Amino acid sequence: MPVFLATDLLFFLLLAALGATAFHAARREPLRRPWRKVARNPVAMVSLVILLAFLALAVLDSIRFPPKAADGAAQYRNEPLSLLDLWLAPLKTHTEKTYSAPLAAYAYAKEMIREPGGGERWDYPRLRYGGAHLADPERERMADIVATGAKGLAEGFALWLLPLGLGLAGLYRRGRADFAGRLSALLRGQGGMPWRAIGLTVLLLCLLGGAMGELGLKYHVLGTGKVGGDVLYQSLKSIRTGLLIGTLTTFATLPLALGFGILAGYFRGWVDDVIQYLYTTLNSIPGVLLIAAAMLVMQGYMARHEAEFASLALRADFRLLALCLILGMTSWTGLCRLLRAETLKLRELEYVQAARALGVGRGMILLRHILPNLFHLVLISVALDFSSLVLAEAVLSYINIGVDPSMDSWGNMINGARLEMARDPVVWWSLAAAFWFMFALVLPANLFADAVRDAFDPRRGD
Amino acid sequence: MLHYILRRLLYALPLLLGINILTFLLFFVVNTPEDMARMHLGQKHVTPEAVQKWKHERGYDLPLFWNDQAQGGGQATQTIFYQKSLGLFLFRFGRSDEGRDIGADIRQRMWPSLAIAVPSLLAGLLADISVALLLVFFRLTYLEFWGVALCVAAMSVSTLFYIIGGQYLLGKLLQLTPISGYDTGLEAVRFIILPVVIGVVAGIGSGARWYRTLFLEEVEKDYVRTARAKGLSEPQVLFRHVLKNAMIPILTGVVVVLPLLFTGSLMTESFFAIPGLGSYTIDAIAQQDFAIVRSMVFLGSALYILGLLLTDLSYTLVDPRVRLG
Repeated sequence: MPVFLATDLLFFLLLAALGATAFHAARREPLRRPWRKVARNPVAMVSLVILLAFLALAVLDSIRFPPKAADGAAQYRNEPLSLLDLWLAPLKTHTEKTYSAPLAAYAYAKEMIREPGGGERWDYPRLRYGGAHLADPERERMADIVATGAKGLAEGFALWLLPLGLGLAGLYRRGRADFAGRLSALLRGQGGMPWRAIGLTVLLLCLLGGAMGELGLKYHVLGTGKVGGDVLYQSLKSIRTGLLIGTLTTFATLPLALGFGILAGYFRGWVDDVIQYLYTTLNSIPGVLLIAAAMLVMQGYMARHEAEFASLALRADFRLLALCLILGMTSWTGLCRLLRAETLKLRELEYVQAARALGVGRGMILLRHILPNLFHLVLISVALDFSSLVLAEAVLSYINIGVDPSMDSWGNMINGARLEMARDPVVWWSLAAAFWFMFALVLPANLFADAVRDAFDPRRGD
Repeated sequence: MLHYILRRLLYALPLLLGINILTFLLFFVVNTPEDMARMHLGQKHVTPEAVQKWKHERGYDLPLFWNDQAQGGGQATQTIFYQKSLGLFLFRFGRSDEGRDIGADIRQRMWPSLAIAVPSLLAGLLADISVALLLVFFRLTYLEFWGVALCVAAMSVSTLFYIIGGQYLLGKLLQLTPISGYDTGLEAVRFIILPVVIGVVAGIGSGARWYRTLFLEEVEKDYVRTARAKGLSEPQVLFRHVLKNAMIPILTGVVVVLPLLFTGSLMTESFFAIPGLGSYTIDAIAQQDFAIVRSMVFLGSALYILGLLLTDLSYTLVDPRVRLG
């Protein structure tokens, strides 16, 4: 039986809600039109593929199983293992003593080595796992890396043939007669969806995944960290943290922003005054300070209720949830203001007036006529906020008011590796890994958000 | 005008009161002085007497809102709320939990913050607007496409990497500037350059993109077409007309942050070890000194509200159509 932490449950709830919304939108022409515009945009679709790959990893990392008493290293015994942990078990368990460079066979620092014939020498020791299968790393390592990488690439390519075959079969079934013609149109990049770009992105991801996977079994592809943990594993685990901060915060923001925004705009009068006062007050407090204050309070709460947070995973999870809630509390004001203004405009439009004249109840008007017409604003703001939240996580973790230090996150990785820049030679791989993974998530998110905004913003004509 | 300013200042009072009560609730009701004392004393030294002593020394042993034991006006004044919160309205910040005078600390530490923040703001503004104008000037060319793409890439990089990368490149490899630290007087300039450069580079992606959309909106308006029709060159159109007419949205963003420059940037200051208000706050967060954090929250909010007022006033200066009443 899988076990679920609070954030896992909320994450799946959010995905389910997203799915339901998508299903709902797919049946309505006015909502489908902007999405079709997004779907025709190659940059947006390439970004979407990458985002979905990240999402898949985060979902794998959110399905957990209680550990069996016998297996695994002793220190992980009390923590539930996610599917991602089980899948990446070799990466998780292959820990070295301390730092090692990417794809290295020798440790990063010299130490006393006992020689087989007695006696000791001061040299770089072999790694326990990285390149351990090599007899003479100096000579064999490069060739082995190339061979293993090539094998991984070939496997990735084979993996890619699967969706390719399915796609071609689908195309063939839709129209046998003109199959060749339409295939060549797709290859030239014509037609509705940018299938060529999507296919190439999937190919790239497959090749990358294959090579990383094969190399990861024999080496530390991105090196190891201070206590010898595999950096690739840490980076992959951080995906869930980043995505969750970006999505769950939205989850905390939306009810407040929507509820207050609609109420203030629709009822006006004293309701409007109170709500405006509320969000202006919150808005006046510098965001970081409010987050810091709330996180301090939260830490006090955890210290008082120690019994409820028995395991490390529970503590980290609660802190992540609290962080999302707090970020949500501080970021609902902007969207609320937008929604209030839009509702003010909508309530004066003819069809709402007509509904009111016909005696439709207030609740019904809000639900059927106002809410759906605010959808585009919500979507745009959610898409635009996502990337800034992922970036904010790193900054907050750096000033120790972010996620739990024991939790894998890019902010914690940066924080841990920051001082190593002063070493000579430099330990750069932890920082580089965090940089590229964040970049690979935030850049597509930004590009996709732009496409969504362009498609949904009514002020920008077609 | 005076009337307007007065009214706005009166509006600010309930806001500040709300902020005050909010932080009060967060720090004294959700998180009681008891918890604070425990956190400060650490695991080993928590005895009821020690907690009581800690609270008494800092004046946290009074009732929260209403003191039944006191006489007359003392019932309201002999409380934590009166002594610790209302003083903030007069910018009496009191003493930190460590016993330092917060007001004196703030007066001393705001100068380094300003020394970093003002040049950063000005240089950043200049860089952002120039890049944005260039992008608009080369619109509908490959240069614009790649410029915008570069901006999106630049804003997808975390600030942390700009800081770490800048310190490593300029400070360690090229040895152009000290990596971090601060000095008094003119010597400070050496230490200011690096944070300012990094601040400008880090902000240019989102900044240039934001100003570009502002300018693009202006460029499509009728008066621009007229200006071109009467034979003005494109740079003249952009610099004389578009830039001037885009002033309102630019001011909205700029004037509101002016007062906040005092409080500095938490990130920059703590990374570069600058003894300003930003690092002051970070240190207070790390030491869980609630008195300082509350003072900084209040100060920051008050300055933000002041910034909003200044923004509105600045509109009247750049756009004669705006009348405040």
